[in-house]
Amino acid sequence: MGSHRDLPAGMVNHIFTNSGISSFTEFVGSYAPDLLPGRNEALAAPVGDRIPHATTIVAATCAGGVVMAGDRRATSGNIISQRDMEKVFRTDDYSCMGIAGAASTGIEMARLYRVELEHYEKMEGRTLSVAGKANRLATMIRGNLGMAMQGLVVVPLFAAYDPEIDGGRIFGYDVGGGPYEQQQYHSIGSGSIFARGALKKLYRENASPEDTVLALIHSLYDAADDDSATGGPDVTRKIWPVVALITADGFRRLSDDEVAGYVQTVIDERMSSPDGPAAPLR
Amino acid sequence: MPFGYVSPEQQMRDKADYARKGIARGRSVVVLQYEHGILFVAPNPSRALHKISEIYDRIGFAAVGRYNEFEALRLGGIRYADINGYNYARDDVTARGLANLYAQNLGQIFTESMKPFEVEIVVAEVGDSSDEDHIYRLTFDGSVFDETGLVAMGGQAEAVAGRLKERYRDGLPLAEALEAALFALTEPGGERSPASQLEVAVLDRNRPHRKFLRLTGPRLERLLAEGAGAAAPAPEPGAADAPPTAPEGEIDTGSGG
Repeated sequence: MGSHRDLPAGMVNHIFTNSGISSFTEFVGSYAPDLLPGRNEALAAPVGDRIPHATTIVAATCAGGVVMAGDRRATSGNIISQRDMEKVFRTDDYSCMGIAGAASTGIEMARLYRVELEHYEKMEGRTLSVAGKANRLATMIRGNLGMAMQGLVVVPLFAAYDPEIDGGRIFGYDVGGGPYEQQQYHSIGSGSIFARGALKKLYRENASPEDTVLALIHSLYDAADDDSATGGPDVTRKIWPVVALITADGFRRLSDDEVAGYVQTVIDERMSSPDGPAAPLR
Repeated sequence: MPFGYVSPEQQMRDKADYARKGIARGRSVVVLQYEHGILFVAPNPSRALHKISEIYDRIGFAAVGRYNEFEALRLGGIRYADINGYNYARDDVTARGLANLYAQNLGQIFTESMKPFEVEIVVAEVGDSSDEDHIYRLTFDGSVFDETGLVAMGGQAEAVAGRLKERYRDGLPLAEALEAALFALTEPGGERSPASQLEVAVLDRNRPHRKFLRLTGPRLERLLAEGAGAAAPAPEPGAADAPPTAPEGEIDTGSGG
């Protein structure tokens, strides 16, 4: 890699010189390292409960794809700091990520990750494999470990359509960046234990996308029911969960009207049985 | 005066001649506006080495000339666009900014180095309506031309542009615009490039997120058939018995050789 001092005067730093592999993050690291997240000075004290936190994200595979859904609440300590937050992000045509934990870091990571995937695709003329995408995200989380120790923990959930298997795949992560592929369904965030419990009973292998969306909304309802940091459907303000469906046709975020329909089904059900549908005992 | 003095005027002329000759060796690329955006068409037998590329959400790139040179420009443009979009906002990345970057770089290379880049490139941005589309053509010396409607560049560019003007009008549907481009890219009486040897892409303003889309395979063949049906209903005499042949001359690999 040539130093930019070798270039003729006035030429824009490294932009026309090859900086190595087709990774946007590595390019930014050499060109303008201050733009990368997680390079800040260590904070004097943890600030974890003073900045908004994103809470529950759920994802499950369905016939021919994968569905991800997230509630809309952000909390700072015991305060609800935002009611309509977006925590599920489209990262390219066939993948998305949801964030739980420090919202600021999570949003920045999602933004960088989207550029990372597109950058590779444009430079190389092909998209990364699903495993490649999952590993790139792991690297970014690992880079954030220092900030995580200061309370700016962010843990994403990654879902993608894999043309190799004509189906969806889900990856969960720990703060150290370890990627763990999840079969069937997974959930992250403070409400995840309740959501996962619900999904355990409601998930059906190879269910239609519609049924899977319904199961996920039930699980978010259960998470909101038991976790104070997870927001339930806000009927009066008409704020519904963000639901993303990825199939061979690509990423699609369900419209508010569509999600409102599913939410209404769930609320109607809960009117008569507040704990939701019961799984058969035998 | 030192021995072997060459005046700056002569130097510039020589460099320009050299670059023009290099560019004229390759085949043409056309870029034109159609009903829903901007269409790029390039005869290109290679499926891996692209003359047409996505730069950013609304911005496409097309080039003729020496492959390694325009590839460096393409990659630099992607780096520029991605870093600006990440640093500011995605809407802040414009074709004008990119054209200026290329103009700077090409102009600098033309004046300062022994060998100028043998390239000609187009940077096109699709807007919300055809009035907001921008097509910039840049030549080897860093000159920028703000074009409207259509652009042809590369070998025989003038003849190609002439033929393209015959068929071009505002707001052509995609199939007809593609047909017009192929008519322009084919010498009169010559054989058309088959779909497998065409690189075709659009910036479609109706697409969400990223407007750039490569047209390949069955989709491209359907469009070609549709365009051919709309433009030329009469069968070409003698076309059926002649075996298909490659276009005359050396096949252009995009490397300008």
